[in-house]
Amino acid sequence: MPSVAETSFAQEPFGPEHEPPTEWMELNMGPQHPSTHGVLRVRLKLDGEIVRDADADVGYLHTGFEKSFEDKTYTQGITFSDRMDYLAPPINNVGFVAAVEKLIGVEVPPRAQAIRVLMMELARIASHELWLGTAGLDLGVYSGFFYAWRDRELVLDLNESYSGVRMMTSFTRVGGVAWDLPEGWLDQLQRFIDVMPGRIDDFEAMLSDNPIWHQRLKGVGVLSRQAAIEAGVTGPMLRASGVDYDVRKAFPYAGYEQYEFDVPLGTNGDCYDRYKLRVQEMRESLKILQQVIDSLPGGPWLTSDRKVALPPRAELSKSMESVIHHFRLVSEGFKGPVGDVYAFVESPRGELGFYLVSDGTNKPYRMKVRPPSFCNLQPLRQLVQGVLVADVIAIMGSMDFILGDVDR
Amino acid sequence: MTVSASAPLVERLGERFKQALQESSDFRGDLSIVVDPAAVVEVARYLKDEEGFDYLLYATAVDWPARDPRFTVVWEVRSLANKTRIRIKTTATMPDPHVPSLTSVWTAANWHERETWDLLGIKFDGHPDLRRLLMPDSWEGHPLRKDYVSFGEPVIFSDQKLEGLEPDAIRG
Repeated sequence: MPSVAETSFAQEPFGPEHEPPTEWMELNMGPQHPSTHGVLRVRLKLDGEIVRDADADVGYLHTGFEKSFEDKTYTQGITFSDRMDYLAPPINNVGFVAAVEKLIGVEVPPRAQAIRVLMMELARIASHELWLGTAGLDLGVYSGFFYAWRDRELVLDLNESYSGVRMMTSFTRVGGVAWDLPEGWLDQLQRFIDVMPGRIDDFEAMLSDNPIWHQRLKGVGVLSRQAAIEAGVTGPMLRASGVDYDVRKAFPYAGYEQYEFDVPLGTNGDCYDRYKLRVQEMRESLKILQQVIDSLPGGPWLTSDRKVALPPRAELSKSMESVIHHFRLVSEGFKGPVGDVYAFVESPRGELGFYLVSDGTNKPYRMKVRPPSFCNLQPLRQLVQGVLVADVIAIMGSMDFILGDVDR
Repeated sequence: MTVSASAPLVERLGERFKQALQESSDFRGDLSIVVDPAAVVEVARYLKDEEGFDYLLYATAVDWPARDPRFTVVWEVRSLANKTRIRIKTTATMPDPHVPSLTSVWTAANWHERETWDLLGIKFDGHPDLRRLLMPDSWEGHPLRKDYVSFGEPVIFSDQKLEGLEPDAIRG
């Protein structure tokens, strides 16, 4: 038995670099983890508190929308598109019909375009609001969540008074929109536009200069310009890294070229830039909404091409031809030419694309969706290598992926 | 017909790759090329390095059961600077459909090709990590193939045995 004198009290080298190599631990994060915003499972390989490797396991919400599209006519398919990215359904609706319109080559009246822009920008604001609330919640900003949901509620009310539904609007039709704006809706929208800037200011007052918010987000999850392009990320994640690419500017659709707005860009490509950029995008969306209200064109909101759009109800009692068109459209829909097209719109998460292959029937032969969340989630592995577990939450929050959109 | 702005690109490709460029089309302003599977990596490398197509949009495949070769595999890429797009198509034949992977050219193709393997059963040669992505690892079959029937998959409930039960019987 060693005596007290024999025991060495010499200082052992101390610090992380002198610690013996630890065995990596595998931590299963999700699929039922609050920060995964849905059902995402991430397998983390941990060296102490540091993430060494990560593998995202997606597919828990895979519902086979792409397969379902093949069984439904073009008009029926619209209702599926809502349910992919369930936080911005109007944008999915527009993206879906944009592909069909491109395939069959139908003109959309200006009023329908303007209504689409209104609904899309509202959806963008609602989606960013929800992101602010939940991403903040992940990092402990509990009060922000309530503010964000209060404001998002206003958009849902607008959705409801326009389409009758709060989320799954399904408001587009091939060649236009299903309904004209109801009476008083624009006043309701004007009140929303008037109240929102102050509420965004409140949000910014709470977070933008908050030292904890800075510590958690600045310099975390940095994606360089080159890496962002190579990883194929899109939307705010791409722009936060300084790449000036917004579908609304680069390839204007639905008449976006008429409206003046800026595309905010980040410089550092970190989580804070992504936060800042989304807040700025909400302000730009409000600017677009105001311009649409001021310049809202009159006229029809659905194409008069009876081969793709239903005739007005009143015509059915007067015109035999309308009855025939109505019957044909309701019973079998319209056919598209043989060919394949890719149409894309800017969703709150980035470029949402629809690759539509037609074999000349009334249903898509193949409908491939290019979901922005899927592309944004892909570099998760690179982004979390070498960070602390707590930062994984911040990084995943800043990506703003929707699992319904990832898995389809 | 108006002369498309993308025509010179097709000419350059045709000059460089001759027979490997089997077909090109411009439908509704979308430029597509059909490339021999053996040359697809070479063409992709050229498009990225010389023509500036730096951004991969998606990769997928289309199943044409009556055709031979049965599958069309599609990658679509964009040049962010020139604001142009090109769709690269190639073909894969049964019974072992496989094409070269483009992950060595565009790393973003990784998950898209995994998804295509998962849902359509196309093998991508040279892919670093070709596992199923959306379906469970134990899943049999590839759901987006045309001979895979929607709603045909058996669902096992805890009080049910699968043996001898037709999928339709389960669906009721």
